[in-house]
Amino acid sequence: MKDVLKYSSFAFAGAAAFGLAATTALAETDLVVVSWGGAYSASQQKAYHEPYMAKNPGIRILNDDSSSEGLAKLRAQTEAGNVTWDLVDMVASDAIVACDEGLALEYDPDELLAAAPDGTPASQDFVEGSLMDCFIPQIVYSTTFGYRTDAFEGDQPSSIKDIFDIEKFPGKRSLEKKPIGNLEWALLADGVPVDNIYDVLSTPEGVDRAFAKLDTIKDHTIWWVKGAVPTQHLADGEAVIASAYNGRLFAAIEEEKQPIAMMWEWQVFDLDGWVIPKGGKNIEEVKKLVYFATDTQRLADQAKYISYGPTRKSSAPLVGKHAELGIDMAPHMPTDPKNAAKTLLFNYEWWADHRAELDERFQAWLAQ
Amino acid sequence: MAQVEAAPGIMTTADGQPLKLSLQRALRRSKIRAMLLVAPLFLFILVTFLLPILDMTFRSVENQLVSEILHRSVPLLQQWDEKTGDLPPEDVFQAMVEDFKEGRENRTIGRVGTRLNYEVAGMSSLFRSTARKARRIKEGPYTDALIKANKRWGDVETWRLIKRESGTITLSYYLAAVDLRFGSDGSVQAQPENRQIYVKLFVRTLWLSTLITALCLVLGYPISYLLATLPTRTSNMLMILVLLPFWTSLLVRTTSWIVLLQQEGVINDLLVWVGIIADDARIRMIHNQAGTIIAMTHILLPFMVLPLYSVMKTIPPSYMRAAMSLGANPFTAFMRVYVPNTVAGIGAGGILVFIIAIGYYITPALVGGTSGTLISNFIAYHMQVSLNWGLAGALGAILLAIVLILYLLYDKIVGIDNMKLG
Amino acid sequence: MPPPVYAGPVERTWYYTFRVICGLIFFFLITPILVIMPLSFNTVPFFTFTPEMLALDPDAFSLRWYNDFFTNANWQGAVKNSFIIAFFSTILATVLGTVAALGLSRAVMPYKTLIMAILISPMIVPLIISAAGMYFFYSKIGLASTHLGIILAHTALGTPFVVITVTATLVGFDHSLTRAAASLGSTPVRTFFKVVVPLILPGVISGALFAFITSFDEVVVVLFVASFEQRTIPWQMFSGIRENISPTILAVATMLVVVSVMLLSVLELLRRRNERLRGMSPG
Repeated sequence: MKDVLKYSSFAFAGAAAFGLAATTALAETDLVVVSWGGAYSASQQKAYHEPYMAKNPGIRILNDDSSSEGLAKLRAQTEAGNVTWDLVDMVASDAIVACDEGLALEYDPDELLAAAPDGTPASQDFVEGSLMDCFIPQIVYSTTFGYRTDAFEGDQPSSIKDIFDIEKFPGKRSLEKKPIGNLEWALLADGVPVDNIYDVLSTPEGVDRAFAKLDTIKDHTIWWVKGAVPTQHLADGEAVIASAYNGRLFAAIEEEKQPIAMMWEWQVFDLDGWVIPKGGKNIEEVKKLVYFATDTQRLADQAKYISYGPTRKSSAPLVGKHAELGIDMAPHMPTDPKNAAKTLLFNYEWWADHRAELDERFQAWLAQ
Repeated sequence: MAQVEAAPGIMTTADGQPLKLSLQRALRRSKIRAMLLVAPLFLFILVTFLLPILDMTFRSVENQLVSEILHRSVPLLQQWDEKTGDLPPEDVFQAMVEDFKEGRENRTIGRVGTRLNYEVAGMSSLFRSTARKARRIKEGPYTDALIKANKRWGDVETWRLIKRESGTITLSYYLAAVDLRFGSDGSVQAQPENRQIYVKLFVRTLWLSTLITALCLVLGYPISYLLATLPTRTSNMLMILVLLPFWTSLLVRTTSWIVLLQQEGVINDLLVWVGIIADDARIRMIHNQAGTIIAMTHILLPFMVLPLYSVMKTIPPSYMRAAMSLGANPFTAFMRVYVPNTVAGIGAGGILVFIIAIGYYITPALVGGTSGTLISNFIAYHMQVSLNWGLAGALGAILLAIVLILYLLYDKIVGIDNMKLG
Repeated sequence: MPPPVYAGPVERTWYYTFRVICGLIFFFLITPILVIMPLSFNTVPFFTFTPEMLALDPDAFSLRWYNDFFTNANWQGAVKNSFIIAFFSTILATVLGTVAALGLSRAVMPYKTLIMAILISPMIVPLIISAAGMYFFYSKIGLASTHLGIILAHTALGTPFVVITVTATLVGFDHSLTRAAASLGSTPVRTFFKVVVPLILPGVISGALFAFITSFDEVVVVLFVASFEQRTIPWQMFSGIRENISPTILAVATMLVVVSVMLLSVLELLRRRNERLRGMSPG
């Protein structure tokens, strides 16, 4: 019987050794970079990681597509005192929480980030309000609307009011399954001026008003969670109007040639960027990567692969043509003046306070 | 051990030991041997499985954060009488400013804000904005300075909340998990109606599990009967139709149902092609409750058939024949003689299916849409998205309690030792 | 088996109706598994039967999605991880579970029911709860996002099956055989390998198969405890389905069905062998 125990402990030791080998096989210069996967990670890989690795042969960048659980996993790792990530791609609202909770490194923009080619310091070069304590901005993206061009005869949807107009534009809507964005759009469609949105939402009556507006399309709405789904809904004809990330819509329209068009009114701007985990093991190496990956040329390069706008002002003139399709990317950027006539920027602070409460209310509303 | 002199008249073993003692020792030795065999797995399960679950349960009441980070002001707050309606005294404010400075320094103060924001909306920004301004508060009176930094510090409710949540354990998460909350006076009250969700979800989870169990019984009973009464060779062949789904990956089966049920899917295509429905009137069978019910019934059906079959196999066919020869018509014979004999199988299969159903996560997440999601999906949501881990722990602990009660019931009816597979 | 000769017209009707009902239920059980197979050979990225497919036009079928599977690094990594994790956790679970079952089956074992209940609890506790607990706890002790962590978690989930199947084989085990071996001078270790192992082997193997499939199919714990580097086939399928089902998933699903057919056949052979050994089989 002892032998059996011995065998089992051998097996255990073997498994343990294997597990350790698997985790410690990372050399010192392996950097684990966490991002969103799909086309987005691919654009980072081509614009940042590959050129960086070519210049620095000692560095290997490993991709982990876990950004959708980024904050949760970063918190768990930090609590455990075992941070295995070196750089994490996050939306700004998550980055604020990460910063608040002490999960992310605070930095000085002019020290960490490259100056623009003309010498403008980084703190002046990035779009106003995009630099935050821990958040290193990378792109501006927007959540906007796409609709099927074959769904409506005559007029096509052209304003936020049309999105909520079931009579004039019948058919299913596909919207993101969370209150953020939808509540703002509901109020805008209900005639609230954009400057008052968050004041109105701060009152119980305002929240009721937003939900009442959403009620008018609730029966005609299907909900999505993952970014690839709304364009799929449009392509399959399961929905005729969908809110989606502008990059995904671009891919569906220009790359997959789907019969979809975009409606830019009241697109909601959001920022996406890097945070450096506080307990990371290669902080000095990662800072060098960040310096490289956020310089003017690199941010402009990323726009060759995906239609998200660079957050540096100095990058905008360098945005060229799509790497494969050869079409001009500038008109597809959410920041293009033609597209950005009416835009809404999230109030991150406000949502940090009200998200928990409104998430619950939203879920309860969905369940009704 | 010293040799025991054998007293006359007592049976002894060959080496002179009293037989009773020797037997006892042998028994003890084999007991120890048996326990040693079980010990490795027991310890393994304890460390890799039971401790994690205990840890999760602990998280649902654990609340050290507030008192740990506000370690100067919390002890002082204990002497403050929150019922008077007056603000706490100046020394509490001073201590709070100190706590803020320290918390800002090592980046911990935001976590208190996040924690308290679960209770009252607005705490998150209160703590964030105050943390920024607290650095500049150099001298008293601290009461005015803090209220100037953010007027909510002048609100007694803020202080009441901090005092209430400063204990090392809290019931807040459990209250939230059943749609209750603490009122400002510390009494337990219902959440506002438009935020009530978890009780509804538990009810929905239990209701859908019951429905799925019933469907499994309705579908499983006839085929189990057929399998049990057919000749072995035929029934073994048909059994493959039950066992193959049982052994096929859950994700494969869920994928199949998506392919079958979606609007551009096989069933809708078929219906359109046959002409039963119009192309623009395709039926929504997925991403709603129907999707969850259909897919889960299919996935859990084998768990019903296998125990039913093993019970039915033991019922001699002569019972039915005897009943009929005594004048019962086939229906009566079946209902009065056959069915009562299968109650054990119904109980075993039913509880098994029910237990699995109420904890299901993957299938509802993929095909459930909004109306077909279960409590597990919300546990996952609070773990991965909202990061309210205490609430996730509380919801999990309640679910676990329900399952354990059912498990005990299963033990009473079937006996855990009698659990069979395949 | 036709209806008995003495059956009346009502009974005959019922007899055939019953068969039809059962046939429909079997159809419900098996169709979803079969329907994905032809679709995985589709040339176009849709999940529907194209008219060409229905006409059995060879051009409508292709190995495109299988090719995608075998050339895609994400899937290949997932396959490797799945097998590594399932292999090690199966071995661990089988050894620990078999040894424990040997102890549990002794008549002298104290607190048998309680211990049994604890040992098979990983099978009863909803996976989401196990996953939640492991997520917090394994992070704390540095096992989250490691292969070892997943292997240990899957071992815990797999052992109940081994314990149950091996205990079941031991129910009919004649303990006088080991005593006989001992009285003939065999050492306990030798007795174990020469007498006990051959007799309980079918139970051990079917337990091991259960443990293997448990690990191989498991996705909830992997979703929570693993990260990209430990991704398994179900992990990859789950994220694929959430994003958008490419027919590659159907190709994977088809291959997984083939794997389960093989496992099922092994189990069936074992069962027959077992019945033959015990003289219970009719033929």
